[in-house]
Order: sequence, then C-alpha cells, then structure tokens
Amino acid sequence: MEIKESANNIKAIFRREIGGYFGSPVAYVFIVIFLMLMGFFTFYISRFFEVGQADLRNFFEWHSWIFMFLVPAVAMRLWAEERRMGTLELILTFPVTVADVILGKFLAAWVFIGIALFLTFPMVITVAYLGSPDTGPVICGYIGSFLSAGAFLSVGIMTSSFTRSQVISFIVSVVLCLFFILAGYPPVTEMLSGWAPIWLVNLVSSLGFLSHSVSIERGVLDFRDLLYYFSIIFFMLFANGIVIQNRRT
Amino acid sequence: MIEVKNLTKYFGAKKAVDNISFTVEKGEILGFLGPNAAGKSTTMRMITGFIPPSDGTAVIGGADILTDAVAARKKIGYLPENAPVYPDMTVYGYLDFCAEVRGFSGENRKKKVEEALEKCFLNEVKFQTISTLSKGFKQRVCFAQSIIHDPEYLILDEPTDGLDPNQKHEVRLLIRKMSADKAIILSTHILDEMDAVCSRAIIIAKGRIVADETPFNLRTRSSLHGAVSLTLPPTDTEKFISCIRGIKGVKEVRIIEKEADTLKVRIYPENAYTPIVNGVVTALSDHHYEIKTIFVEQGRLDEVFRELTV
Repeated sequence: MEIKESANNIKAIFRREIGGYFGSPVAYVFIVIFLMLMGFFTFYISRFFEVGQADLRNFFEWHSWIFMFLVPAVAMRLWAEERRMGTLELILTFPVTVADVILGKFLAAWVFIGIALFLTFPMVITVAYLGSPDTGPVICGYIGSFLSAGAFLSVGIMTSSFTRSQVISFIVSVVLCLFFILAGYPPVTEMLSGWAPIWLVNLVSSLGFLSHSVSIERGVLDFRDLLYYFSIIFFMLFANGIVIQNRRT
Repeated sequence: MIEVKNLTKYFGAKKAVDNISFTVEKGEILGFLGPNAAGKSTTMRMITGFIPPSDGTAVIGGADILTDAVAARKKIGYLPENAPVYPDMTVYGYLDFCAEVRGFSGENRKKKVEEALEKCFLNEVKFQTISTLSKGFKQRVCFAQSIIHDPEYLILDEPTDGLDPNQKHEVRLLIRKMSADKAIILSTHILDEMDAVCSRAIIIAKGRIVADETPFNLRTRSSLHGAVSLTLPPTDTEKFISCIRGIKGVKEVRIIEKEADTLKVRIYPENAYTPIVNGVVTALSDHHYEIKTIFVEQGRLDEVFRELTV
C-alpha cells in the first residue's frame, strides 16, 4: 500500500516537473544547444570525418564536458525555484515523503536529459551509414553517457536544495562536476602524488569519472562502474534529503 | 480534533513560539490573531509539519505530525501564507496535480477538481496560466487546493489576504459553510474578520497565548463594554453631568464632542455586567432631556487587541 502510494506520488511529481520543462523554453533551448555543441565538438574539434573511423568515440568523449555545464542548468531550478516561490511549503505539507519528491524531481530531469541524448541518434545513423561500427561500444557509450548525466544531475539537485538562488546552485554544481571530471586526469593525480599519501591519491582518482567512462566506452559494462555511478547518485540524493529535512525555513 | 501540545520553536537563540497548547474540535472555527511576527505562521507551519518544532507536537485527528507525518498531512488542507502556486501551470493543471498528489485518480480526480473550481469561483479562469492572474485569483487558486480533498482539518494562513471586499465576503461565507464538519484554524490580523467568521479566538503575542475566548467575551474585556453613548441637543453640560452622576451604577461621564448643534457623551458603568441603560433613559426623561441617539457599546476589539499585545 505504501509503495503504491509512493509510486503515485513520484509519478505526480514527475509529471509536473517534466511538464514544467516542456512547458517553458528551458527544454527547447537546452536541447538545441546540446545538439549544436555535440555537433560542433564532434565534427570540428575532433574532426570526425578526417579521422576516418566509423565509431563514436570522438562523439562520446565530449559528453562529460558538455554535461558539466548543461546538466547543472537543468538541475538548478529543481529546489531553488520551489524555495523562491514559496511552493516548497506547499509540496512539503502534501502527504508525500521527502524521498518521493526528490525521486520524482530527479527522474523527471533525468528522463528529460535522456530525451535530449536520444535526439543525437542521427550520429548513430551517420556512423552506421559510413561504415559498420560495433554496436557494443555504441550502446555502452550511450549508457555511460546517460549514467554520467545522472551523476551530474544528482550533484546539481543537491546543490539546488541549499539555496534559493539558481545562480549559486549552478556555479557550485559546475565546480563539483568539474572535480569529478578532473579527479582522474593524470595532471591532477600527479599534482597530488607529490605530497599526499597514496591512499588519498587513489581515492581521488577513483572518484573521478575518467577511469569509469573509459572502460564503459570501450564497450565493457563492468558491475563496478555501474555501482560507482549509482552510489554517487544515491549519495547525492541522500544528502539532498538531509538538506531539505534540516532546512531552517 | 487538532491537539496542539506545548509547541515551541527557537530560531537560533530567539524564541519564536513559546509553549503553545490548545485544541480545536470539529465545528469550531478558531481565529488565530496576533501582531506581525507574533508567531502565527510559525505555529501553523509546525502544525502542518512544514517545520519541525523545537519542542512539543501537534496531533491531527489522532495522527502525530512528528511520528506519523504522512497520515496527519492527509487529513489537513493547508493554505500557506502568501498563497504559493506554480506560476507556469494552468489553474486546471495545478489543481489536477494537487488532486493527484492527494491520491485521486481518473474520473474521481476530475470531479474533485471541478468541484474545487466551482466552490472557489474559478471556472472563468480554468485554463489560464496562473502567472497571468491577479492576486485575488491566485489566492483563490491556492485556497481551492486546500479544500480539494474535502479535509477534516483546515489550516488557513490569512485566507482573505489580497482579496477585495466582495471576494472576502465570499470566502468567509465559504469557510462558514464548511465549518459544520471540519475543525478550522485561520490566522488573520483583521479583527472584523475574526468577528465575522470565528467561533473562538486565540490571541498570541511574542509567541505566547494571551487570550483564548469567544469574540464576544473578548469584547467584554474592553473598557468600552456596556458603556452608553448618547447624542443630545446642546444643553448645559454642568447640569447634565451632575444629573447623570446621580444614576445608580454610573462610574464616569465623558464629553466626547461638543458642537454647536449636538453634544456627544459617553457614560461608563461601574460594572460592565450590570446594564445602566435603563437608569440613564429614566433619569433623562425625568429631567426632560431630549435624546437624539442612544447606543450601548459592545466593546471594541481593536482596543482589547492593543491592550493584550502591546
């Protein structure tokens, strides 16, 4: 009974949030800019045609970087706007749990990003037309990309719960996402290894997206990589719940 | 029944609500009065579970807001201060969302939304985006949200704020109509409103309850209660005052206004519960004074309010 109620609440909040995206220019601006940036980086920076390889590696390697900016922009309104408009008081006095609200909001934003991601399908068609790419890496690439979007999103929704200002939420969340991207890069680990104990270096580099996304893009879906993304999401949403439950006003 | 038990709230070191307890039964409309920042909204927010109390709790129809929050909130309809709404939704979409969260589905949900639209006179703006509506409409949209599930307990934070006099009247009628089978708490700082709607009034000041009575009894606290106001044609005031002083039970006579063609006086009784009006009328007619108007004062709420809260 409680699970059914919860599911109903999550569905109601999900529907409202997704309607909120598509009912405003946010959705269309996001999708258009996302697709344009994808095309620009893949074709002009990575020189997709000149490389002469019928795979999507050059396409997927940009995803984290673009998501780093765009996903916080999608997430920043989720709580901050409710705070600013006072509707937080409304939604938190409905017969719903904080977890229902967080899940409804998170899933709505994630599905929205999923839709934007899906709209990159012409890339797949192009590659399939030009050659015969391995389907494994393509499917895994999309899964990995979707998961990293989810992880960034969980960071964004968490920072959104701290503040009524969407700008602050956006900036803090971009910085945190940048940390997750950079944590695994050699320059960062080298900088750390000079003075930090080895366990800290390992911890920081394993927190980074890089090692996980590389293996997924190769077409290997390792359980540990999935666990990595889902534990980031879980941790961030959990932190979000604590922030909301302990807010002062 | 809503039982509020020792609710206390600290914001930092500041005590916003100080050990407030009361109960509201079904059929009652409790007016919650107080100056701004007296703790009205904070108390209501604790009763609805929006902010956790520092101490104490509220029990809504048997469900404790701290330990059984979802069950308690199901029984409550809540209109928060400033009537928050989602500006980018249509009126219908907003109410549909609220009904969905309240667990209604299908035809039943549609019916609930239609009923709420009807009750709050929102049919004309049904498909309008909320951000395009005036303050009064927004207020009613949010009010519609609070009654959509026909709750047993209604908590309304300044329900008529921002409405014009006609709309105020409608909303008050609606509240009174619903009160038969509901327990209603409404906060206001409009004294007339409390007088017109509430069966009981709690006045709070600086986070404490300073009065818990019917509006009528509150009035009797006024120094004006039972006083007799008179207007007469101009006359010799000295003689008049000594005449009144002779009446049994009269404490004091005050000249309110003295003009060329009228004299206004107010006569205060020694004891508010022993009427003096008969004695006054007899004495005046015995001395052949002409009375233009006569009025027995009920007491003024604003005076009582000031006395209790300043």
